[in-house]
Amino acid sequence: MNLHAVLAIYKFEMARTFRTLGQSIASPVISTALYFVVFGSAIGSRIDSVEGVSYGSFIVPGLIMLSILNQSISNASFGIYFPRFTGTIYELLSAPVSYLEVTLGYVGAAASKSLMVGLIILATAGLFVPLHIAHPFLMALFLVLTSLTFSLFGFIIGIWADGFEKLQIIPLLIITPLAFLGGSFYSIKMLPPLWQKISLANPVVYLISGFRWSFYEKADVSLSLSLFMVGFFMAICIAIVALIFKTGYRLKT
Amino acid sequence: MSPIISIHGLSKTYKGGFQALKNIDLSIQPGELFALLGPNGAGKTTLIGTVCGLVTPSEGKITVSGHDILKDYRKSRQLIGLVPQELTTDAFETVWNTVSFSRGLFGLPKNPEHIEKVLKSLSLWDKRNNKLMTLSGGMKRRVLIAKALSHEPKILFLDEPTAGVDVELRKDMWQQIQTLKDSGVTVILTTHYIEEAEQMADRIGVINHGQLILIEEKRKLIQRMGQKRLLLDLQEPLAKLPDTLKEFDLELLENGLKLVYSYDSQKEDSGIADLLSLLGNQGVKFKDLKTEQSSLEEIFVNLVRKS
Repeated sequence: MNLHAVLAIYKFEMARTFRTLGQSIASPVISTALYFVVFGSAIGSRIDSVEGVSYGSFIVPGLIMLSILNQSISNASFGIYFPRFTGTIYELLSAPVSYLEVTLGYVGAAASKSLMVGLIILATAGLFVPLHIAHPFLMALFLVLTSLTFSLFGFIIGIWADGFEKLQIIPLLIITPLAFLGGSFYSIKMLPPLWQKISLANPVVYLISGFRWSFYEKADVSLSLSLFMVGFFMAICIAIVALIFKTGYRLKT
Repeated sequence: MSPIISIHGLSKTYKGGFQALKNIDLSIQPGELFALLGPNGAGKTTLIGTVCGLVTPSEGKITVSGHDILKDYRKSRQLIGLVPQELTTDAFETVWNTVSFSRGLFGLPKNPEHIEKVLKSLSLWDKRNNKLMTLSGGMKRRVLIAKALSHEPKILFLDEPTAGVDVELRKDMWQQIQTLKDSGVTVILTTHYIEEAEQMADRIGVINHGQLILIEEKRKLIQRMGQKRLLLDLQEPLAKLPDTLKEFDLELLENGLKLVYSYDSQKEDSGIADLLSLLGNQGVKFKDLKTEQSSLEEIFVNLVRKS
C-alpha cells in the first residue's frame, strides 16, 4: 500500500477545502439556518409535534442528511473531475498508485469535508432547537457511512461527467428530489398508504429513517433495514468504481 | 548492458479504429539521451504515454529496468518521471506544494532538502511560494520538470519540452537537460525541432504514422544519410557546364561563379579527384573550395516524405 500517496492526495484535497473554507462551510450553514427559521420557527410553530418530537427538532436529522448528500457528491465529483478537466490527471495515472489508493485519497477527503459540514450543521441546529441524541455512536456511524457512500457516488459522477453541466445534473435532478421526498421534512407515515409504498423505493428514506432513529428512536423503517440499505448502496458504488478503474473508463485511452 | 527500457511489438489502436502505434520495437540504454523525432500526430506522445501508464497498449510488451509496466507497474513507474507536453498545473497551488505533492504521490517520504535542490537547479526557488497561475509559461514548464524530478527518477520523459519556449529559454532548458543526463538520468525526449535532437541526443528515432522508421546514433545517422556537397568558387564565370562533366551531379550558381558538386561521402570513390582533374583539363580555374554536409533537418524531411 502506497500510504504516502493516499496521504498526499488526501492532504491536497483537504488543502483545497481549507483554501475555500468560507464558502465550504458558510453556505451549508446559512442554508440550514434558513430552513430552521422557515420550517422550525415560522411554519414549525404551527405544526404539531411529529411522533412526539417537536417539528423543529424532527427535521434536524433530515436536514443534516440533505447537506451530507449534497456535500459528499459535489466534493467528490469536483475533486476528481477538476484534474481531468485541467489535465493534471496525467500525474495520477503515471504514478505508482493503485486504484484503491486513488479512491481512498479522493473519497476519504470528500467524506471528511462532508462530515465536518454535517457536524457544524448539527451544532448550528443546537442553537435553534433542543437536541437529543439517543445513540451518538450509531449517529456517527450513519454519518460516516453516508458520507463515504455518497462521496463514492460523487466520485463516479466526477469520472463520468464530460462537462461542468453534467456535474450538476445528477445532484439537481435526482438527489435533491429524492432527499426532499425521502422524509427530510416529514415522516412518510404522514403520507397516504400508496405513497408510503412508493416512498420505500426511494433509497434516501432508509438513510434518513435510520439516522433519525439514532436521535429520537423514531423511524419509518426498521433500523436493521436502514443499515443494510446503506451497506448495499456502498457495495454498489464500490463495485462501479472498481469496474471504472478496471476498464479505465474515461480515464485512460 | 541490459536496456533500461525495452519495448517489443508495441501496437496501439484507439477505440475509433485509429492505429497510433504499429509494431514498435525499441531499446533504451541506461544513461543515454534518446530523441524521438516526428511530425505532429506521428505517435510520439502515444508512445511516451504507453510507457508511463497513460495509454493502455493494444499489443506488445514493455519493461522498465526489467519490470513489466502492467504487471509490475509500481516498480516501473517509480523509476519514471514524466513531463507532459501541455502546461497542466493546479492553478491555485503554490510551487512548493505541488512539487511536494508529486513526491508523496510517488510514495516517498517528505524530503525538503531534495525539493529545495530541485527548485534551485531549475531557478524556481524564489518562486516557491507563488501560486502556479502567477507564473509565466516557461516557469510552468520548469515546475512540471521539478514535479517529475521530485521523486528522484532514473528515467525522465520530456514530451516536447521546448514547445512554445523562446530561444534563450530553450538553450537554458537544453543546458538543464544536459546536466540531468550528466547526473546519470536516462532522458527520452520528443521533439519536432530537429535542432534540439541534433544538439543533445545520443541516438535518434524517427517516427511517422505510428511506425519507427529509423533508430540510429546521431553521428552515424548524419554520416550515413549525409549527402555532401563540394562548393567551388570559380575565378571566371562559366556560361554552361562542359559536356565532359555531364556524368557528375553538378550545378552552376551565382551567375556561373559557383560550381556545386553533390556526392555521397560514404562511397569508396567520391569522384572528387576525377572532377578536379577534369576541371583542370578544361581550364576551369577556381579560387576557393569547401565541402558541406547535409543537416539532420534535411535528412529528417527526406525520411518523413518517403514514409
